[in-house]
Amino acid sequence: MSVLYVLIPISFFMAVTAFFAFAWSVKSGQLDDLSGDGTRALVDNSDEHINFGGEQ
Amino acid sequence: MTVSGATKEEVIRYDDRIARQFLWATLVWGVVGMLVGVICALQLAFWPANGGVSWLTFGRLRPLHTNAVIFAFAGNAFFTALYYSMQRLLKTRMWSDALSKIHFWGWQFIIVLAAITLPLGFTRGKEYAELEWPIAILIAVVWVLMTVNVFATLSVRRVKHLYVSIWFYIGSILTIAVLHVVNALVLPVNFLKSYSVYAGVQDALVQWWYGHNAVGFLLTTPFLGFMYYFVPKAANRPVYSYRLSIVHFWSLVFLYIWAGPHHLLYTALPEWAQSLGMVFSIMLIAPSWGGMINGLLTIRGSWAKVRTEPVLKFFVLAITFYGMATLEGPLLSIKTLNLMTHYTDWTIAHVHGGALGWVGGMIFGMAYYLAPKLWQTKLYSYRLANTHFWLATIGMLLYVVAMWTAGLTQGMMWFSTDQDGLLRYPQFIDTVIALKPLFWIRLIGGLMYLGGAIICIYNVWMTAAQGKALDDHVVTVTPERHIEPRTFHERLENKAGVLAVLTTLVILIGAIAEFAPTFLVESNIPKIASVKPYTPLELEGRDVYIKEGCYNCHSQMVRTHPIEVNRFGERSQAGEFVYDHPFQWGSKRTGPDLHRIGGKYPVLWHYRHMIDPRTTSPGSIMPSYPWLVDQMIDIVHTPKKIAVMQKLGVPYEARDPVQWLDEQAREVQAKLATDGVSIHERSELVALIAYLERLGRDIKSAQ
Repeated sequence: MSVLYVLIPISFFMAVTAFFAFAWSVKSGQLDDLSGDGTRALVDNSDEHINFGGEQ
Repeated sequence: MTVSGATKEEVIRYDDRIARQFLWATLVWGVVGMLVGVICALQLAFWPANGGVSWLTFGRLRPLHTNAVIFAFAGNAFFTALYYSMQRLLKTRMWSDALSKIHFWGWQFIIVLAAITLPLGFTRGKEYAELEWPIAILIAVVWVLMTVNVFATLSVRRVKHLYVSIWFYIGSILTIAVLHVVNALVLPVNFLKSYSVYAGVQDALVQWWYGHNAVGFLLTTPFLGFMYYFVPKAANRPVYSYRLSIVHFWSLVFLYIWAGPHHLLYTALPEWAQSLGMVFSIMLIAPSWGGMINGLLTIRGSWAKVRTEPVLKFFVLAITFYGMATLEGPLLSIKTLNLMTHYTDWTIAHVHGGALGWVGGMIFGMAYYLAPKLWQTKLYSYRLANTHFWLATIGMLLYVVAMWTAGLTQGMMWFSTDQDGLLRYPQFIDTVIALKPLFWIRLIGGLMYLGGAIICIYNVWMTAAQGKALDDHVVTVTPERHIEPRTFHERLENKAGVLAVLTTLVILIGAIAEFAPTFLVESNIPKIASVKPYTPLELEGRDVYIKEGCYNCHSQMVRTHPIEVNRFGERSQAGEFVYDHPFQWGSKRTGPDLHRIGGKYPVLWHYRHMIDPRTTSPGSIMPSYPWLVDQMIDIVHTPKKIAVMQKLGVPYEARDPVQWLDEQAREVQAKLATDGVSIHERSELVALIAYLERLGRDIKSAQ
């Protein structure tokens, strides 16, 4: 079962990496304006009218 | 730093050519993969359908089916979505067109190699990780090149916010890289044969850590990434709750990786590891259902469009099946339910609910969304797309319901006892014959689904024919981040962060590769003194077993339950598998468990059974293997095989392997001769019989 001593650290390493990525996303303001960012990201072109979030 | 704040408008040229290429690859390989699946399904209903050709038998084609659907159909679809949506979400062209091209052609080359080697029997013998080591290395190289391109593209993005899809893509890419490398560690015997560095329980654990997460990070997270892009685009609304989608991502990332042991319940794996896997699997229901509801609610208010728009129809179907499969999976991870459903067709139902419903639904929805965009026209035929939708839906329901029924039927028959506690169906074959009508229904369902996919190709083809392909999609945007043009050297320096991550990964992988084998070898010192290494002949026989893909239908794991013991013999113990490089526990019992087959039947029985299984087991659906008589073992490689095993810590006595092999082969030959069968001593069948006769006996002889 010693392979667990390999698998658990690797899984743990991946989880820690993910944690740092999450911490970065919080710190760098990625999550500050979720609804705005979530809508704007889907607009492809600055000429395009933003018709997200409302009636068509 | 060359990144500055918002400036004036910039013109961007999105590379749509690469998305178009990957879309074609997705559809074409998808049909190929499904066609192979239909052939496999036909063989289960009507075994002679293999035409007596070795490379068309179920054991060789099933790995081709699974690999094609996972890596060629779903894989190429992931890349289609990645190249199309990532450029738009980051407001930049891919960092390197050359790397995109290498990725495309490299990946297709790998698929072609798989389509050649798998039917020929070149396999590592581990599910969804069958491809031999040179191809596995090629996969790693192509994957790393893609990763470099993706990270470099991230660094030149013109937006500040990373949309949730991007997170899903990155999570998938990095996780798959680590999983693939860790599970692919082997010692080569020659260019097309290798042995896993792990053995027995350890190999099983690594394999299902890989196997479960391959499902999680190749068939789930990339598709969630493109769900969060394509569903809002198609519905013309933002995600219902963007906040929930972020929660969805992070909770999946932290939970998924620990759920693998649910594939090994009631096996020789320690109980605490089994319980850990079960608990994490159940916890997965929460984020999965959160995501499903989020996806469906995004389409809220557009229900009128769902009635006419095939894109949304397929997306609704896919998200519904995502919800179903992510509830079914955790339920199947509960030990008591797992006991009855594992090794049965319920597993097949579960995986196809996910693959045909969720993955297929997302892919076809994406295809109908992208085709008009990539060829700047309208979809050729809504009518055909709707026909496709209904064929796919009804076909899939037939498939899944047939397999649920088959799984329940067989599970209940296996565990059914009379009032004296005796097995009601002691003959395994009875539980197979009962399923035959359901196998036919499954075939019909599969054919309908395949038919729908072919209609889709035609529709996309006609759309392409009436439209005009643009290689570059030109847009103007106001960048939130501005990146100054730089020299190549400056570019490289600016990738310091990316380089650091990649270097860590490489070092990590190198370190594992370096220390894991020795470390693991030491722990392989047998705990059961009577368990001995396979003789050279048995090892060759085991390689025949692996080559023919026997593990696709037979398990080698008597679980820790009285009924299992009653049916197959003494329960399997971890110490019995310490020389099994790779392990062959299997995941499906289309035929019976073989771990206690050794000594159960006379040698002649095995001979007759392999020539034509129906002579010994009337009603059997196993292929006949007459060619094993005429094919000879290549003893040139035997000494090398033993040497590799020794390197892996298997304690062989100092003896000439070939001489040893011949001695034992002559014994088998002589036994068969007394029954009037003449066979060449180096025939593959002799080796296979020697292996089967050895299985699970070391413990018996000790008692």
